[in-house]
Amino acid sequence: RICVITLAEAHPLLQNGKTITSINYQISANCSRLQNKVSGKSKRGAQFLTELAPLCRISSSDGEEYTIYSCIRGRLIEVNENILSNPAILQEKPSTEGYIAVVLPKFEESKSITQGLLTQKEYEEVLLKRLNSSS
Amino acid sequence: MSSLTEKDRPIVQLLLNTGTCPRCILRFCCVASQTLYRRPYKDLMKDLKEFLKNNQEKEDTVSFDVVDPPCKRIRLEDTEEQPDDLNHNGVLQQIPSVNDENTAMENSAVTVCNVCLGILQEFCEVDFVKKVSQKVNSTDYQFTGFVFSVSLPPQLSVRERAAWLLVKQETGKLGLSLAKDDIVQLKEAYKWIIHPQLSEELGVPADGKSLFEVSVVFAHPETDEECHFLATACPDCFKPAKNKQSVFTRMAVIKALEKIKEEDFLKHFPCPPSSPNNLCVAVEIQCNNGAVFVAGRYNKYSRNLPQTPWIIDGERKLESSVEELISEHLMAEFKADSFNFSSSGREDVDVRTLGNGRPFAIELVNPRRIHFTAEEMKGLQQTINNSSDKIQVRDLQLVTRSAIGRMKEGEEEKTKTYSALIWTDKAIQKEDIAFLDDIKELKLDQKTPLRVLHRRPLAVRCRIIHTMQSEYIDEHHFRLRLKTQAGTYIKEFVHGDFGRTKPNIGSLLSRTADILELDVESVDVDWPPALEN
Repeated sequence: RICVITLAEAHPLLQNGKTITSINYQISANCSRLQNKVSGKSKRGAQFLTELAPLCRISSSDGEEYTIYSCIRGRLIEVNENILSNPAILQEKPSTEGYIAVVLPKFEESKSITQGLLTQKEYEEVLLKRLNSSS
Repeated sequence: MSSLTEKDRPIVQLLLNTGTCPRCILRFCCVASQTLYRRPYKDLMKDLKEFLKNNQEKEDTVSFDVVDPPCKRIRLEDTEEQPDDLNHNGVLQQIPSVNDENTAMENSAVTVCNVCLGILQEFCEVDFVKKVSQKVNSTDYQFTGFVFSVSLPPQLSVRERAAWLLVKQETGKLGLSLAKDDIVQLKEAYKWIIHPQLSEELGVPADGKSLFEVSVVFAHPETDEECHFLATACPDCFKPAKNKQSVFTRMAVIKALEKIKEEDFLKHFPCPPSSPNNLCVAVEIQCNNGAVFVAGRYNKYSRNLPQTPWIIDGERKLESSVEELISEHLMAEFKADSFNFSSSGREDVDVRTLGNGRPFAIELVNPRRIHFTAEEMKGLQQTINNSSDKIQVRDLQLVTRSAIGRMKEGEEEKTKTYSALIWTDKAIQKEDIAFLDDIKELKLDQKTPLRVLHRRPLAVRCRIIHTMQSEYIDEHHFRLRLKTQAGTYIKEFVHGDFGRTKPNIGSLLSRTADILELDVESVDVDWPPALEN
């Protein structure tokens, strides 16, 4: 099952007033997500991601730097290069054209991964709780 | 025997003495007259002996009566193995006599031929032919001719080689040379004899071009291990293959025989070959009809029908399929074992196929019935069309295998036209979409759509939208007709697939667009030929 990684609704970068200054797929000295190359149906050669594997780092004008994590185990199929040339779409259309990456989990893990995710409703409840506890 | 000459005499004598049957003897004397081989066995044997006797009057040195131990004479009255008949060459055993005349001939010693192992003996007799024709008639195949194919055990090639070396040696003594190609092949001689007989039993001619095949597989377990020495001599010819029981296939044995040196061969295999105790056995008599191909065009009117059965983990996800609805009736009429469905491209489950329909072809494997008139095909088409409102077929006809290639070229090269019902998030007016009609030869870059990415390689496809025609419906809907290059993903062109298809309707209209319905209006392939309906 194909997974598309995007910024969550409540992410700081999607809140008012944030301007993105740079997006960097070079996450370490040896690893750039841009160099990911896959071939064939089984996507050989893909960088393998664990939940905490960084996909990219995004800097905003107020000096903050955010690391975006994969959250899903699987093969990295592609990262969205469109946001490099047009960072605006990341904030304007975070759930469609502004996606971060496409990941393909192992067939056997597909079901367990889905079960570990929150539904839209569950996510909204989490956000509500967060709001209530901070006020 | 008119075809045998003086120089053949020593060969005939030698082969007869060493246990070779008359027909094989004729083969090694390069006698090519088909009628000779068809003569009854006992006549051939008689004539050969006559031929040899004629020499007696001329020369004293040739002694006809000296029979070496390898030549076994058998008492025809014995029907069981006699343990006291054992000698150092093996056990004597009677061959079941095929007709009553043989038992009367006390002189005819019917040993199993040491070269053909009985193929040109027992298996040329009318009893065997009747057995084969009975098998054929017990099936319900429709045929107007037949091809008779025979599978011989590999050790026959080994014995043939041994006999050839023996004969070559003998002709060498006379200062003559014998080329392997001059010898009549066993299979060829066998077919000379069988074809007329089988043809008479079945009432149809033997025809090399016929699709109907009668095949017989012979085996001779007693001598199966005779080939094994070749494995030590030429090991690289015998590689174990996964789906074969024995490594000693006919092809492998023939290859090894080509490689092995004469001296090595003679070291490991007796020359002349030994006489076997038993005949070959016909382990399989099978009938098979070559595949027939039915082509046509189909329309799909359901938005809930897959082209091929949709089954995941043994569970069917959606009932039926285009392929099953069409082939169900064809399978019944043609009485085939199985089918292979193919078409010039395909459409999604939720897409209709309108217009002239999409070309398809069905290969019917091993059909029992193969002849259908144009009228019958029309009737079959009607039956299919009456059976379902989800699909309809037209131009149903029989085609040749080569015609399938034309259909497949359509898949890659020909254009298709579509009709899409499109939704937009922001309101549109007529003027906003009018410009689409003026765009010609629009180039697209389409990355492999996410919806198929799990089973297709990641790639970028350049495709062309030749023309478009818009039809305004309301502020959030319009219909778009497009003519596109083969292999274009229409749905992705409309919604953009996360920006991975560029340009797309959304980007062209500066809105978010999505596709609600898609129909295939035409598949521009002019095959199969349209029929008057």
